[in-house]
Amino acid sequence: MGRIVLEKVSKYFGDVLVIPSIDLEVEDGDFVVFVGPSGCGKSTLLRLIAGLEDTSGGRILIDDVDVVAEPPAKRGLSMVFQSYALYPHMTVRNNIAFGLKMAGMDKASIDKKVNHAAKILDLGSYIDRRPGQLSGGQRQRVAIGRAIVREPKAFLFDEPLSNLDAALRVQMRLEISDLHNELKTTMIYVTHDQVEAMTLADKIVVLNAGNVEQFGSPLDLYNSPRNKFVAGFIGSPKMNFIEGKHAEKYKVPTVGIRPEHLGINTKQSVGAWIAKVGIAEHLGSDTFLYVDAEDIGQLTVRVSGELNVSHGDIVYLTPDETRLHRFDGDGMTITAAK
Amino acid sequence: MATKQTKTLATFMVAPSVIMLFLWMIVPLCMTIYFSTLRYNLLDPGNEAFVGLENYIYFLTDPDFFTALGNTLILVGSVLFITVVGGVLLAILLDQPFFGQGIARLMVIAPFFVMPTVSALIWKNLLMNPVSGFFAYLAKLVGVEPIDWLGDHALLSIIILVAWQWLPFATLILLTAVGSLDGERKEAAEMDGAGPISLFYYIILPHLARAITVVILIETIFLLSIFAEIFVTTGGGPGLDTTNIAFLVYSQALLQFDIGGASAGGIVAVILANIVAIFLVRMVGKNLDA
Repeated sequence: MGRIVLEKVSKYFGDVLVIPSIDLEVEDGDFVVFVGPSGCGKSTLLRLIAGLEDTSGGRILIDDVDVVAEPPAKRGLSMVFQSYALYPHMTVRNNIAFGLKMAGMDKASIDKKVNHAAKILDLGSYIDRRPGQLSGGQRQRVAIGRAIVREPKAFLFDEPLSNLDAALRVQMRLEISDLHNELKTTMIYVTHDQVEAMTLADKIVVLNAGNVEQFGSPLDLYNSPRNKFVAGFIGSPKMNFIEGKHAEKYKVPTVGIRPEHLGINTKQSVGAWIAKVGIAEHLGSDTFLYVDAEDIGQLTVRVSGELNVSHGDIVYLTPDETRLHRFDGDGMTITAAK
Repeated sequence: MATKQTKTLATFMVAPSVIMLFLWMIVPLCMTIYFSTLRYNLLDPGNEAFVGLENYIYFLTDPDFFTALGNTLILVGSVLFITVVGGVLLAILLDQPFFGQGIARLMVIAPFFVMPTVSALIWKNLLMNPVSGFFAYLAKLVGVEPIDWLGDHALLSIIILVAWQWLPFATLILLTAVGSLDGERKEAAEMDGAGPISLFYYIILPHLARAITVVILIETIFLLSIFAEIFVTTGGGPGLDTTNIAFLVYSQALLQFDIGGASAGGIVAVILANIVAIFLVRMVGKNLDA
C-alpha cells in the first residue's frame, strides 16, 4: 500500500513562503509526476514528503497515518537522488544492502534481496565494483536498486535523469516505466522536463510558485489545460498565444493554439493568417516553422513530415477551430463558450 | 596530454629549479655522509682522520640511542593518535551550524600560528610550572598536590604540548574534508535509516580516510624531528626521558662536540625516517589513490 495524502501542507524557508498550501491525493500504485519551472517548489514538496525537510503546517498522511513527526527512515519511502548519492567507498552490493543492514536484517535475507534487486535491474556484471568505476546509467540503476530492496510504500525520484545524456535518458525513462509496471508501487517523480512528465506519468501535478496549477492525466492537461500557465507549460513546442484583433474574433482577450493544430498552406486561402517564414527546422519526421504572422507576431508551426519552405517564404495559416483554447483576462480557460 | 614541443619546453623551464633543489639536498647529504666517516671532534681540531664505520658502530651500540628511538616513536605515535582522533571530532563539531562558528573556527586554528619556541615557553612557565603555573593553581583550588609536569611526567608533557600545536592542523584539513561531503549522500543514508553513530562510522569516517592519510603523513614528517619544544622545556631530561633522535644528534654535536658521531646519528635518523615513511605509505597510502 502506498496512498499519500497532503492536507494544507505549507513550507517557509526562514521568512520566505515557498509553498503556501497544497492539498493532494496520490492513490496507491499511481505514478505521479511533479512538474514545473525551476524554483516552483517541486523538489521541496518531494523532500517534505520524504521527511528531509520539516513542514511548516498541514499534515502528510501515508496510508492514513500522519507522518509529519516521523523521521525519514520511519516513513517507509525510498528516494532516488539527482546526484545518485551512492556511497563511494562501498561496492554496489554494499550500497544496496546498506539500508537493510541499518534495519538490522540478517545476512542471508539481505543477500537474497540484494540478488533479487540485482536481477531485476541487471546489475550482475558489476555488483562487486565501486560506484567510481561505473558509468552514469549504471550508477542510476544502482541508486534505483538501493531504493527497491527496502520494499517501500512509495518511491520518490528527484530529477533522476537530469545528469544523463539524451540517449541514455530515453532508455532509463523506459526502464523506470517498466519498473513501475512490474512493481506496481506508488511513485512520485520530480522533473522540470515536461516530456518526461508526459511519458511517465499516470497523473501530472503542474506546480507554479508553490501552488498546484492543475492535477490530472497527461492528456487531460494537454487537451484541457485549466489556465494559460498549464497550456504554455505542457506541450512541445509551446502553445502559441494570440491577443488583439484575431482573439477579438472569438470574443475573448487571449486564444491559444498549439503548433500542431495550425493548418498551413503555401497558396492563398480565404480567412487565413498571412505569415512570413523566419526559421524552418527540418527534422525529417517533423518540420518546425518559426513564422512572423501579420497582426499577431511570432508563431510556431509544427508540420508532420517534410515541407519544402525556407526563410522568407510566405505561408497561410488556418487554426483548427476545435482545438482552440480560449482564455479570460485572468488567464483562466473559458470552457462554456463553444 | 601535451605536444612534444610543450614537453621539451617544460623540461627546460623546470630544469633550473629542479637542479637547484637537487643540489640543495645532495650537497649537505654528501657532506654529512663524509663527516660521518671521520674522527672529527671540535675539542681536537686538525686531527681529523678516516675511521670508516666506527662512528656508526659507536652511535648504534650506545644505549642512549635505543632510549631516544623509543621516545621518538612514543612521541610521534601518541601525538598522531591525539591529533587525528581529536581533529576528527573537532572538525565534525565545527561543521555544525552554530552561533559564532567563524570565530570558533579561528580560535581553534590559532595555536598553529604560535611559534614552537613561544608555545613551549608558555606551556613551561605559565601552564605547567608546579609553583606559578595555571594547572598548579587549579590543583591548589581543589586542594590537590600540584603536579610537577615537566619534572615527573616529562614525556607526557611534551606529548600534550606538541599535540596542542598540531591539533589545529589536523582539524583544519579534516574540516575541509567534512565540508566536502555531499549533502545528498548524508540524506540518502538518513533515508536508509542510519542514525548519527552509523552515519559517522559508515559514511563520514570513510569519506575522511584520505584526509586522515594526508594528516598522518605530513605530521609524521614534522614530528620525527621535533626539537625546539624539547630544547626549550626539558633539554632532553630529566636524564634521557625526553631525548628523541633529533635531540640526541644535537647533544652529540654541540654538547659533546663530536661532529663525526653526530653526522653518523643524522644519517641514521634519515634512514629511520625513511623506514617509518615506507611503513606509513604502505599502511595508509592505498587510501590516496581514488
